Amino acid sequence: MTVYELSQNSQFNVLCLPEPEREISGVYIGDLLSWVMGRAQGDNVWITIMSNINVIAVASLSDVSCVLLAEDVTLEENILKTAIEKGINILSTPLAAYETAIKISGMI
Amino acid sequence: MSELLNFHFDVDGNDFTSAGQASIQIKKNLRRLGLDPETIRRVSIAMYEGEINMVIHAHGGEADVNIYENYIEIILKDNGPGIKNIEQAMQEGFSTAPDQIRSLGFGAGMGLPNMKRYTDYMKIESEVGKGTTVTMRVDI
Repeated sequence: MTVYELSQNSQFNVLCLPEPEREISGVYIGDLLSWVMGRAQGDNVWITIMSNINVIAVASLSDVSCVLLAEDVTLEENILKTAIEKGINILSTPLAAYETAIKISGMI
Repeated sequence: MSELLNFHFDVDGNDFTSAGQASIQIKKNLRRLGLDPETIRRVSIAMYEGEINMVIHAHGGEADVNIYENYIEIILKDNGPGIKNIEQAMQEGFSTAPDQIRSLGFGAGMGLPNMKRYTDYMKIESEVGKGTTVTMRVDI
């Protein structure tokens, strides 16, 4: 499944989608950025409630297919701009991390 | 053996929000060279953790990435406070990062362990009061 296909689900809102055709290999949930970099796999959907600028660098370097902000966490406009520049897909959802993962598990 | 390619960066120690610029640039450069995605991921994560460490602890420093035929070498050099006990610093969960860094999601004591995890060779040379040099290699 691609990130674009995931974004078509009504529970997920697109914040930015510069690389919609990225494939999704699975899910990683975490808010400690170094922990995420140590454990997330490339092409994972990364579910987090962190929303600072370093999230973009971590997403880029870990090569995750998209960042999914749980529980309606939002991003500042300038962070979103950086995400688009770096080619990082970002979605948000009103669901909590657990429900989000279950949802994605049923789709991939 | 002389390196085939060298990339040099000055890491700005004052701006935590821009930390990662060097690593992201390296990622782009390695992509252009056509290296496989997992190798690129390992190099760029190891370098980013090092960059973050230099910003948090050492007011910045210098990063060099040398590309050889069989491996990529990353050398991170700073003139910071040095590491008192390297063995302790290498333990997962050990951290001396200040609270404001932790609130950003760093300082979990995973930086050095991640650098070791993602590289095939890692050496730390450090002198208290003088600085630290970390050399890492990732086989191609």
